[in-house]
Amino acid sequence: MKKIEAIIRKSKFSDVKNALHDVGVNFFSYWDVTALGNERVGKVYRGISFSTADIQRRFLTIVVNDDFEQVTIDTILKFGSTGDVGDGKIFVYDVQESYRIRTGEKGEETLR
Amino acid sequence: METTLNFTINNLWMMVSIALVFIMHLGFSALEVGLARSKNAINILFKNFMIVAIGLITYTICGFNLMYPGEFNGVFGFAGWGLSLPEGGLSAAYADGYTYWTDFLFQGMFAATAATIVSGAVAERIKLNSFLIFSLVYVGIIYPIVGSWKWGGGFLDQMGFYDFAGSTLVHSVGGWAAVVAVILLGPRLGKYLSNGTIQPIEGHNIPLAALGVFLLWFGWFGFNGGSVLSADAGLVSLVLVTTSLAAASGIIAAFITSYLKFKTYDITMAFNGSLAGLVGITAGADLMSPMDAIIIGFIAGVIIVFAIGIIDRLKLDDPVGAIGVHLVCGIFGTLAVGIWGDKGVFSTGSFAQLGTQAYGVMVIGITCLTSSFIILFTIKKTIGLRVSEKEEVEGLDIHEHGMNAYEGINVNDND
Repeated sequence: MKKIEAIIRKSKFSDVKNALHDVGVNFFSYWDVTALGNERVGKVYRGISFSTADIQRRFLTIVVNDDFEQVTIDTILKFGSTGDVGDGKIFVYDVQESYRIRTGEKGEETLR
Repeated sequence: METTLNFTINNLWMMVSIALVFIMHLGFSALEVGLARSKNAINILFKNFMIVAIGLITYTICGFNLMYPGEFNGVFGFAGWGLSLPEGGLSAAYADGYTYWTDFLFQGMFAATAATIVSGAVAERIKLNSFLIFSLVYVGIIYPIVGSWKWGGGFLDQMGFYDFAGSTLVHSVGGWAAVVAVILLGPRLGKYLSNGTIQPIEGHNIPLAALGVFLLWFGWFGFNGGSVLSADAGLVSLVLVTTSLAAASGIIAAFITSYLKFKTYDITMAFNGSLAGLVGITAGADLMSPMDAIIIGFIAGVIIVFAIGIIDRLKLDDPVGAIGVHLVCGIFGTLAVGIWGDKGVFSTGSFAQLGTQAYGVMVIGITCLTSSFIILFTIKKTIGLRVSEKEEVEGLDIHEHGMNAYEGINVNDND
């Protein structure tokens, strides 16, 4: 089992979500984060132009069985990309165990 | 002529009405912002601010004198550029209810509302500059010319066409242009999916929208109440009663209809129901009995629930429901004068007034559709109407204005 964390553009979220559904990744969590990165966002406030590195992104946590690892990563890479600086990153971790709270089952079965 | 107490009181009520109509712009803004996404909030506020400014300045330059040219041929008249105080303009010699200045500002506040209606329908995808150029021409020229046909004493007025406070002259004039603009712009990205389903794009602040609707109702006391054009005790109080009752029964009708249709209590339909009732009563607010007002508001409240669904299915993407509220209910309200009004079907058994009302709706509809098409199509072919796909997805605020509406909290749905 793998945990895949992805930080992506909010504007790419619905594309990524739909594409993940299409390849069979049907449940995951996400939340909005503010992040610092190489991208600068140009802004104007009360006549003063400035740029800020504080950018808003969406953070996805996806836990999948090993056979879904590569297809999940490929999907995010393909549908989360605009080609510009600031498209985000993907991190992959090993997961020790997983339980389904309702039934008490554990293991790969819980992710199907 | 000496200024009498009566004249002062009349004029005072008219000035209060000016302030009430003015606050409707805040109502329109709040409703539109609330029903749109947070990434476009600043753009919407910007449009609404600019419309008030454009409306008042163009009305000063040419609008007022196009709409009230005095004696004219009934189709087009122009009394000259700018404002100039006529002889006796500050006394009852000018009008029983108001001075020249009050007259100008009351009508000027009205003028801008027609463009505000369009603003809601085209929200979240129109280029700011394109919208402003359209507003300039439409509010500066088309609105006053159409208005002169009735309120300026033109040919529709002479035929007996009746529109008390502007179901047609204000609301439908905005609504027709909204239809044209929405067709030329196309729907927002993501509203119509490739498999044919409609994906609702939810507004980001329903409490703000509710504030806007209440402010609009509040402002309508001036919109309709001021259209009496004096502080005539009986007539103004009747108008406030019919206005409120129509709004109230509009809410109840929309509530019942939408519950039967969707099995849920949809607050946005209640909003639309109150506005539908208000627009519906506007054409005949001074002619109706309280019972008539309740019936008219109720019918408008039923119509609006179906109208919004039909407009959505026609792939006319109207984020705030402006076409349903202002055009469909504006037409209904105008026709209602021919049914429930003093010369209507129920009072006289004659369909003559209804025919005149329908003729007025048609003439103004054709004029507004044609003129707004010419203006918007020219803009589309020259500077373009719609923002780029990237701007639309990431939000007009950050791209056109370099700013987020809600800074410091992570609720902006752009990136």
